[in-house]
Amino acid sequence: MKLSGAEIVIECLKKEGVDIVFGYPGGVVIPTYDVIQRTTDLRHILVRHEQGATHMADGYARATGKPGVVLVSSGPGATNTVTGIATAYMDSIPMIVITGQVPVHLIGNDAFQESDTVGITRPITKHNFLIKETEDIAQVFAEAFHIATTGRPGPVLIDVPKDVQIGEAEFSYPERPDIRGYKPRTEGHPKQIRKAAEMLTSARKPVIYVGGGAIISEASEEIRTLARKLNAPVTTTLMGLGAYPENDPLSLKMLGMHGTWYANTAVMMCDLLVCIGARFDDRVTGKLEEFSPNSKKIHIDIDPSSLNKNVRVDLPIVGDVKRVLQQLVPLVERADTEEWLNQIEEWKRDHPLTYANTIGLHEEGLEGVDRETVEKDTDQFPLCAQYAIERIGQLTKGEAYVVTDVGQHQMWAAQWYGFSNPRSMITSGGLGTMGFGLPAAIGAQFAYPDREVIVFSGDGSIQMNIQEMATAVACGLPIKIVLLNNGYLGMVRQWQELFYAQRYSEVDLRDSNPDFVKLAEAYGAVGIRVFKDEDVEGAWLEASKIKDRPVMLDMVIAEEGNVYPMIPAGAASHEMIEE
Amino acid sequence: MARHTISMVVENRFGVLARISGLFSGRGFNIDSIAVGEAAEPGTARMTIVTQGDEMIIEQIIKQLNRLVDVIRVVDLTGENFINRELALIKVNASQATRQELVQIADIFKAKIVDINQKTIMLEATGNEDKIDAIITMVRPFGVREIARTGRVALARESTSKDTPSPEAPQPVWERERKQITADLA
Repeated sequence: MKLSGAEIVIECLKKEGVDIVFGYPGGVVIPTYDVIQRTTDLRHILVRHEQGATHMADGYARATGKPGVVLVSSGPGATNTVTGIATAYMDSIPMIVITGQVPVHLIGNDAFQESDTVGITRPITKHNFLIKETEDIAQVFAEAFHIATTGRPGPVLIDVPKDVQIGEAEFSYPERPDIRGYKPRTEGHPKQIRKAAEMLTSARKPVIYVGGGAIISEASEEIRTLARKLNAPVTTTLMGLGAYPENDPLSLKMLGMHGTWYANTAVMMCDLLVCIGARFDDRVTGKLEEFSPNSKKIHIDIDPSSLNKNVRVDLPIVGDVKRVLQQLVPLVERADTEEWLNQIEEWKRDHPLTYANTIGLHEEGLEGVDRETVEKDTDQFPLCAQYAIERIGQLTKGEAYVVTDVGQHQMWAAQWYGFSNPRSMITSGGLGTMGFGLPAAIGAQFAYPDREVIVFSGDGSIQMNIQEMATAVACGLPIKIVLLNNGYLGMVRQWQELFYAQRYSEVDLRDSNPDFVKLAEAYGAVGIRVFKDEDVEGAWLEASKIKDRPVMLDMVIAEEGNVYPMIPAGAASHEMIEE
Repeated sequence: MARHTISMVVENRFGVLARISGLFSGRGFNIDSIAVGEAAEPGTARMTIVTQGDEMIIEQIIKQLNRLVDVIRVVDLTGENFINRELALIKVNASQATRQELVQIADIFKAKIVDINQKTIMLEATGNEDKIDAIITMVRPFGVREIARTGRVALARESTSKDTPSPEAPQPVWERERKQITADLA
């Protein structure tokens, strides 16, 4: 029996086990939306902006490991997905973006709502397709899903002209396709692995440096086993948060620009650095010439192009990190690291992550201040963002899905929430996309309707995709938005303060911000304003009782708070600013 | 910054060239020349790119090319035993007085005369880049009107033993003769 192209598109999605699609209709995808309207076992979420759809699919994919699926129209519908696709590409997130296109005979004619979508998205997709015949749809979808989800995952875009959706063809879904130019390698080379085991076992000052690849390949268990067997400390990148429990004594927490003093120092001083599914990003290495100067380096990654890209390594291993670690762990023996771990303990004692606040767990810098004054004077002692995050981390036992936007709040969340589960930190690491948080949280909440999903955002970021509040309200999602509101584009302001002699240029939102409580209410969500540290817990508990709609906790924090420690861009880790 | 000859087999589909040239421009790699044509396997094309970079850059170029789904195989021929050729069409001013001399130069370079009229002569030269450069240098004094060069195409020799000297290694005949002519002209 023949099916229409649109019906084939939907059948392909079902064959791939897709049960949710985030999208927005438009002229040339109406044939596909006509099929969606009568399909019962595929849920479509109507977003308010196509960028929102891509971040939702992305958040869904990060939370589950399954590919997120987006359906949008041609022209502006397609171009609006660009930021979301680039975000997913930079963080290796599996995603399928289906865009409508003008009919084949109009392509290239500057038709209404035409854009060269495949051309525009070529450098930000793992691969993309323009389908010109209805009978090619099934093969292309099978290849697209295969490419998006295997090897180093990534977004794949499929451009489907309107007449291809309308045309008819026989439908049969191909087996896993064999693509001659695409053969990702998953097994590590045995000889390289034996060498790695020798290097590990004989190291005296090893550090394991874990990135997002460990989350994607679900290698947390293997990393835990490796660290404990070897007795070696573990630091994670922003993307690797959750791959290793931060409450474990071997954890050094996050490294890099806003990483802990002790993680960066350990990396600087180590004699062996084992990089697992990370890519020596500039936010991690700082000044390349001075990055971990005395260490031998082992790098395990599924993408050969990540190896020797920024940092020359002594032992590259191409393979899926989980598989490679399964091969490696049995060969490793306990290394003599006692002295090194003692040194690290000392560093942790001498240089902990800290903040000053009014009631909190880290009461530093407040000696001699009368507590009553502190509690009354919210101008002088405003709510402390770090405290709020840490407290919420404790109240949720580190079990929530944490989604962030981009900026100071993102770094504070990375430092203070306390991650112990893989996939529990959902953040735009590579591209650093403001406006990612709320829609990504929507995707995560759809993936896990019964779990707590928290967005840490800022007053700048939240306004970049605030329209998706309507989507969250329409779907009754109990997302908790913790808005760390300082009235500034805080991270840019911090750089201008530190490196541009406080010449604040276009970062002040104080007079133009909306009333976020009223804004939440206008959308049909709940808004709660919080001014003081001691009100954080109560506000959180109140918010967590609400199960049928989003809650916006507008936390009014210090206007000019900074994220520390900080390694200035391009500096070496010994140039770290502690406070 | 050594020059490298990278040879690859790619899917013969629309958009492949854009993917590859986009990769080079997006990542700031150089392209000195690029030549594309159908390859032996059905549905594939061979692309030869001449590029420059230090060891780490060339390694990146090859790895990034390999990441492209439409790229089937990539080899850096540099340091291998390979044959490389370029073809050039050169239109030169030729009067009755100079025509004979141009024919002589063409003969030495084993170039063909593919078009001739009262005012010009068109030469078709094949060889490696140095040879093409040499013939152009030789005819330039006559007044070169237009040049079309293909860019380098290359294939590895079947015997890949690096001990076998490349037949191009010894000084070729045209090179000796060019020097002779240059000396004569001087």
